[in-house]
Amino acid sequence: MTDTHTGPFIAAIDQGTTSSRCIIFDRDGRIVAVDQKEHEQIFPKPGWVEHDAAEIWKNVQDVVSGAMVKAGASREDILSIGITNQRETTMLWDKRTGKPVHNAIVWQDTRTDVLCKKLGGDVGQDRWRRETGLPLAAYFAGPKIAWLLDNVPGLRERAEAGELLFGTMDSWVIWNLTGGVNGGVHVTDVTNASRTLLMNLDDLKWNEEIAAEMGVPMQVLPEIRSSSEVYGTVTGGPLGGLLAGVPVASALGDQQAALFGQTCFSTGEAKSTYGTGTFMLMNTGEKLIHSKSGLITTVGYRIGDQDPVYALEGSIAVTGALVQWMRDQMGLIKTAAEIETLAMSVEDNGGAYFVPAFSGLFAPYWRSDARGVIAGLTRYVTKAHIARAVLEATAWQTREISDAMVKDSGVELVTLKVDGGMTSNNLLMQFLADVLDAPVVRPMVAETTCLGAAYAAGLAVGFWDGVEDLRVNWRRAAEWTPDMDPEVRDREYKNWLKAVERTMGWQDE
Amino acid sequence: MAKNIQSLERAAAMLRLLAGGERRLGLSDIASSLGLAKATAHGILRTLQHEGFVEQDPGSGRYQLGAELLRLGTTYLDVHELRARALVWTDDLARSSGEAVYLGVLHQHGVLIVHHVFRPDDSRQVLEVGAMQPLHSTALGKVLAATDPVAHAELVDAKREPFTARTVTELDEIERTLDLTRAQGYAADNEETFEGVAAVAAPIYDRRRLAVGSVGITGAVERVCRDGELRPELIAAVRDTARSVSRDLGAKPF
Repeated sequence: MTDTHTGPFIAAIDQGTTSSRCIIFDRDGRIVAVDQKEHEQIFPKPGWVEHDAAEIWKNVQDVVSGAMVKAGASREDILSIGITNQRETTMLWDKRTGKPVHNAIVWQDTRTDVLCKKLGGDVGQDRWRRETGLPLAAYFAGPKIAWLLDNVPGLRERAEAGELLFGTMDSWVIWNLTGGVNGGVHVTDVTNASRTLLMNLDDLKWNEEIAAEMGVPMQVLPEIRSSSEVYGTVTGGPLGGLLAGVPVASALGDQQAALFGQTCFSTGEAKSTYGTGTFMLMNTGEKLIHSKSGLITTVGYRIGDQDPVYALEGSIAVTGALVQWMRDQMGLIKTAAEIETLAMSVEDNGGAYFVPAFSGLFAPYWRSDARGVIAGLTRYVTKAHIARAVLEATAWQTREISDAMVKDSGVELVTLKVDGGMTSNNLLMQFLADVLDAPVVRPMVAETTCLGAAYAAGLAVGFWDGVEDLRVNWRRAAEWTPDMDPEVRDREYKNWLKAVERTMGWQDE
Repeated sequence: MAKNIQSLERAAAMLRLLAGGERRLGLSDIASSLGLAKATAHGILRTLQHEGFVEQDPGSGRYQLGAELLRLGTTYLDVHELRARALVWTDDLARSSGEAVYLGVLHQHGVLIVHHVFRPDDSRQVLEVGAMQPLHSTALGKVLAATDPVAHAELVDAKREPFTARTVTELDEIERTLDLTRAQGYAADNEETFEGVAAVAAPIYDRRRLAVGSVGITGAVERVCRDGELRPELIAAVRDTARSVSRDLGAKPF
C-alpha cells in the first residue's frame, strides 16, 4: 500500500455545465490530482442560457495545467487525454480566426421550443424519432444551430461559404487541443452526435435530409468518429508546451461517460446518476431499441472499429433539486444532508406523497402540463413525513424509468449502479433498493464521468487492454439489498401512481 | 428561591433585553433599563463580548447579540452531513488500505456506525450502517472516549464485557490506553473485540476542535498487523483521512 502515485497516467477533461475540470488517473483508476474552474452562466432572457466558449477553452487549459502541476506529472507521464462534456450545448466558430461567432447555447436553453414545434409539423415531436431516437425537443443541438444561423446576422452566408464550424463542447475542445487554426481536427464522437437530432442511429452518419429540413448546411458539421480512438495529438498553444504530442483519444457525452466509468459493458447493465436531476442509462448492447415507453434511444459508446453499443436513457428533472427546494424555499432543513435526519425521525411517509413535477413530468410521461403535488395530506402529517416523501419521490421516479426500460428491452434489471451526490443518503439508497426490488451498488470512485473519459482514452492507446481490464478496477464501496414486504411495495407504488395522476393537466396550454 | 449568582442573572437579563428583533442598545440604555450602575453593566457586557455572546457596533458603540450566541443552538453536527463530507476521503482510504472503513459517532452508550465502505475485494459484504459497537474494546470507541468527555463518562459507566481473551476491562488500564491514544492521535484494537480482527482509528474534529467522530479501518489481523504491531503505513493512512475530513469540516490544520 502506498499513497504516492507513479505514472503513467491518463488525463480526463470534464467540460461541464457549471465548470471545467481535469482529473488525472492512474492505472488502477485512482485519482491522482484534480483541478476545477467555474465559468459564467449567461442569462440574456428568461429561458435563455449561454456560455462564453472562449472562456471555457481558457479554463480548460488552466485546469489541465493545474492538474498536471498538482500531480507533479510531466508530458512523458501522460499517455493520452480524454474528454467528456455537457451534452447538446451548441456553438459555431470561425475556422480561420478560431473565435466563437456567438455565445454557446446551453442544453437547458428553451429558445428553440417554437422552432421545434414548427419542425414537428403535423407529425409532432416524434417526427425524427425513428431515425435519431430523439423527440423534437429544445435540448438537442440541431435546432440550436438553425436558430443561430437564422437569428445572428451574416451567419447563414458564412456557414454556406464554409467559413464556420459547428461543435458541441467535445468538438470545440478537441479542435483547440489539436492545433486550432493550425490544422485542428474537426470531429465529434457518436454519443455527442446522437444528441443533435441530425445523426442516424443505425449507420451513425449525418442524415442529410433532416439537416436540409432543419436548415443546417452539411459543411458546418464535424466528422463523426468513435468514442475511443486517437483523433490527433496536442499541438501548439499554451498546452502545446506542456503536452505536445500527447494523443487526444476519447470523447463521450457526460452521461455516457458515467455509463462507461461504471463499467456497464454488458447488456442490461444500468447506471443512475443522482444530482440536481437524475439520468439513468441502460446498456442494450448492439441492439437499437425504439422505446414505446417514453425513453430516449441513444448511443452508449463505440470503441474504435467495434460495433456501437446502444443505450436507453430516462431522465428525471427534479431529484436533488427537491431536497434543495426543501432547504432553500421551505427552510425545513439547513443542509441537504439533514433531509435524512428529518426523514429518519419517522417510520414512514404518514400517507403523504410528493410528486415534484415543477416543470412538468419527464420520462416516461413527457407531460409539460403537469405541476407539482403533495397528495394524501391529513392533520397527522408532519414535516418529517414530507421529508420522507421527498426522498421516496426520487426512488419512485427511478422505479418508473426502470420499469419502462425493462419493458422496452425485455431485460430484467439485475443491479443498479449509482453515483452522484445523493448516494451519500443511506435512507434513500435503501429505499431505492426496496422499491426496485434489486440491489443498489455504489462504486468506490465517485467521479465516474471523468473516469469513463479516462478509460476510453486509455483503451485507445493500449494503456488498458480491454473492458475486462476496466471491470477489475471497479470496486464496490457499498451495496443496499432489498428488504421490503412485496405487499407494502405494491401498495406504495399504487399510491405513488395515484399521486402522479393528480399532477397532470394542471397547467392550461 | 435558592441563592443564584447575581452577575449571571444580570447577564441573562441583558441578553433578553438585546434579543427580539434587530435591537441595538447603548450602554446607558442597558444600564438604566436593568437598574444597574454603568460600570457594573459595562463589566458584564465586556465579559459577554469576550465570549462572543455580545458584539459592539464599531460606529455607534451600541451593543447587539453576538454571532456566537446564534451558533450555540446550531453547532450540533448532523451525522448525515458528516457522512456526506467524509465520503470521498473514506472511499480513498478503503482503496489505499485495502480494508473496510468505518465512521462512528457516540450514540447513547456506544459507537453508532454512520458510514461504512466495503473492503475493496469482490467478497460479499453487508452494509453495517446503523450498527452499534462497544466503546471500551473498539478502536473507534477508544478514540471517542479519549477525545469526547461525554463518551468517556459513558465508558466509565458501561458494563465492560470481555469479548476475547485480549479485551481490557480494568478501568485503570483503559485510562492508560486513552492517555496513549490522546498522545499518539490514534487508537488500536488488536483482537480485543473479535478474534482475528484488528483495527485502527483516529479522531475527526470540527471547526472548534471538538471531537465529533472517529474514522478507522478494520480487517484481518494478518493484514493489518505485522509482527504483532499495527502496520505504520496503515496508521498514517487513517490519520491522513481523519485530518482531511476534519479540514473539510472547517478544523484548522493541526
